[in-house]
Amino acid sequence: MNLPSRKQLSPMRDFIVSRGVSGAVSLLLVTFLVFVGTALLPGDTASALLGQNATPEALAALRRDLGLDQPLLLRYLGWFAHAVRGDFGTSLASGRAVSEVLLPRLGNSLLLASVAAVFLLPVAVGGGIAAAIWQDSWFDRLLGFTSMLFLAMPAFLVGYILIYVFAVRMGWFPSMSVAPFFGGAAAWINILALPVISLVIIGQAHTMKLTRTAILAVLATDYVLMAEVKGISRRRIILRHALPNALSAILSISILTVAYLIVDVVVIEMVFSYPGLGKLMVDSVSYRDLTVVQACGLLFALIFIGMNFLADFLALLVNPRQREPARGA
Amino acid sequence: MENTVLSIEGLCINARAPILQDISLQVRRGEIFGVIGESGAGKSTLAMAMVGLLRAGCHRVAGKVTLAGQSLFDLSQLQLEQVRRRKVSYVAQSAAAAFNPFYRLGDQVTELAALELGTPLAERRKMAEGLFRELQLPNPETFGMRYPHQVSGGQLQRAMIAMALINDPDLIIFDEPTTALDVTTQLEVMRLIRKIVTARGCGAVYISHDLAVVAQLADRLMVLRHGKVVETGATRDLMESPAQDYTRALVAAKTTTSPPVHAETSVPIIALRDFAAGYGGVSTVRDINLDLSAGHITCLVGESGSGKTTLARAIAGLVDVHGGTATFHGKPLAPRIESRPREARRRLQYIHQLPDLALNPRQKVREAIGRPLAFFGGVTGAAAEERLRMLMRDVELPEDLLDRSPGSLSGGQKQRICIARALAADPEVLICDEVTSALDPLVEESVIQLLLRLMQTRPLTLLFITHNLGLTRRFAHEVAVMQAGRIVEFAPAAQIFAAPQQAYTRTLLEATPMMARGWMEARL
Repeated sequence: MNLPSRKQLSPMRDFIVSRGVSGAVSLLLVTFLVFVGTALLPGDTASALLGQNATPEALAALRRDLGLDQPLLLRYLGWFAHAVRGDFGTSLASGRAVSEVLLPRLGNSLLLASVAAVFLLPVAVGGGIAAAIWQDSWFDRLLGFTSMLFLAMPAFLVGYILIYVFAVRMGWFPSMSVAPFFGGAAAWINILALPVISLVIIGQAHTMKLTRTAILAVLATDYVLMAEVKGISRRRIILRHALPNALSAILSISILTVAYLIVDVVVIEMVFSYPGLGKLMVDSVSYRDLTVVQACGLLFALIFIGMNFLADFLALLVNPRQREPARGA
Repeated sequence: MENTVLSIEGLCINARAPILQDISLQVRRGEIFGVIGESGAGKSTLAMAMVGLLRAGCHRVAGKVTLAGQSLFDLSQLQLEQVRRRKVSYVAQSAAAAFNPFYRLGDQVTELAALELGTPLAERRKMAEGLFRELQLPNPETFGMRYPHQVSGGQLQRAMIAMALINDPDLIIFDEPTTALDVTTQLEVMRLIRKIVTARGCGAVYISHDLAVVAQLADRLMVLRHGKVVETGATRDLMESPAQDYTRALVAAKTTTSPPVHAETSVPIIALRDFAAGYGGVSTVRDINLDLSAGHITCLVGESGSGKTTLARAIAGLVDVHGGTATFHGKPLAPRIESRPREARRRLQYIHQLPDLALNPRQKVREAIGRPLAFFGGVTGAAAEERLRMLMRDVELPEDLLDRSPGSLSGGQKQRICIARALAADPEVLICDEVTSALDPLVEESVIQLLLRLMQTRPLTLLFITHNLGLTRRFAHEVAVMQAGRIVEFAPAAQIFAAPQQAYTRTLLEATPMMARGWMEARL
């Protein structure tokens, strides 16, 4: 075996550099769009805070205090200069540091998303693999039907149906995940149950279909046929010949599923009034709390881009074509 | 018979329609049994049935397949897998697709030894090394450490033959094993197959659509068409006195030499001098000096990667020209098609290898051919309708195909549509890029005959790109042999075939399978 040379490592390095740069550009664009988008909404923080009692003088004074009298671009650049140093400013609405407002909410959202992922991924990936192996069986058809059904249903509708059935009719779970939390694990399960079930139902369809397709594509290849002709057992064909080749696809699908979960979380948090990042962002938009919205937008984009990067990076790692140079020594 | 390895009796396999009907054959130890047929004849279904495998949607209606004394379709799945592991091997057409990209070659080649005998890794490495050496693979000690994407197509094909030998099978099925290879590599693989069957005394089935290859390798031959046996017999008998019309036509397509009609003039219509072209600053073809004589067929031959298509595309203005000059009727030809006037574009038309990709599947034939009529000739309305009908007659297709979509046409019909589309521009030069290589032998022959007839009725000059030297021998006026981006020899066809000047031309000619008896033996 020859030692890994510079040439061998370079596809990986090229990948990291190019994706790093494009990721940074995407982040920059997202923050700018969120900034402009929030500024375009009628009204601003000052009018939202003062409400109907606002006098023009009070508004002007508050705007001066909050720095809202500056031109938009200048405000963005000011925000940006601070943000790159890790300072996201203070919440315009509450006056507290943005990070102080954000971090507990981020924790709640990550908890919700990760609990959902723990249930969703094995169900969806396992279901997808099983559906592919028993293609066209009643099991495959049933999964295909239910996943189409849930794929076609908006996220909030799933949430409201669950609330109606399990909270209103059965009374098993609370319809709202109201803070503050206390009462230990049991209380957590009680609060998380319905949002997690909603997220699993919404997310599984997409993931299961993609996994099924990925496995079917591999099962239709010539090398799987070759293994069959060689007399390899069905079990070994699936475990040793097919799955490793579908691994990169399944990894990408799983990680993208988690990324989509983060998006679904916003809607589900609103439906269940769950005190997470998504609800914070939506509430902050109604207060025109630009700094908080901006930080939330940045966090969501960061998670999404990071997940995409991770997905592609892992896909690269498990693919011998990418790992090994085309022609060996 | 005791010597029989494989016997098939009255096998019928249906999908929706019958795929194989009443197939019977026997393969003995030490012999190569050839199966020849065009695409859709049921060759691959037959090959799969020989290992007791039916593809999804297929079912066996009648018949029996007996391999090494066991009736395959009466076995349980577990027994069947065991027979496959121990008694039979299969060599697929595309080695690149048949190797698992995830594992190293050595592990795949010796997988069955590990499963059946539990051979430890170190010993398996030795086994693989021995096989790689037997198959003349480079660096047999380390070859097994490579991944499939790290070796060439010819090497992969040989690695697959090594994989087929690992279980010392009674029968090896070769399913078009050389179709994807260059002629010189093809000859090496053919030699290996012959050697293996002789040395190991196993039986072999060799499936192909190329009669010349099968005729050289097989002891006995079965001609398959539309899922039925046309005839079976000793190769020599079939070649020399075919009993059926279809077999006669197949043999004739490979052996007739229709001397091309020599045009009166031989003025160069296109002349290239020190021409160089390529992609992204790299000159893929260099130092090209080539004259296309008016009214002649110039064949551009060479192995894959030699730059044939790049050169053709450069002449057509589709590739960046890096140097030298190109003239058309003595006047300079602009390098890029965008800078050529419409009239210059009209006079030079290009026909692609794959008509499937060259025809828009959403366009009716009428639109596909009508577009160049309107664009180059300004012909529309009733006049266009008349021209469309004439063009269809010229390419010998019924007029009612005008309202069909390409998807509903056969490969040969589609290529004729492409020819009609090129003719619609009323061109002087036709560049034909491997236009028949995707077609079955008899269809190929009919397209060639069509081109020859077209050349008799109009002043056409052909630049015909092909890797098929047998075809070139039969209809080229001039031949240009390309290797590694350069033309190594350019001469009248008669001279190339009678007295090739360059070593590479001789190698190519040597490697091209001929129908003549004893051709293979002379090369063992």
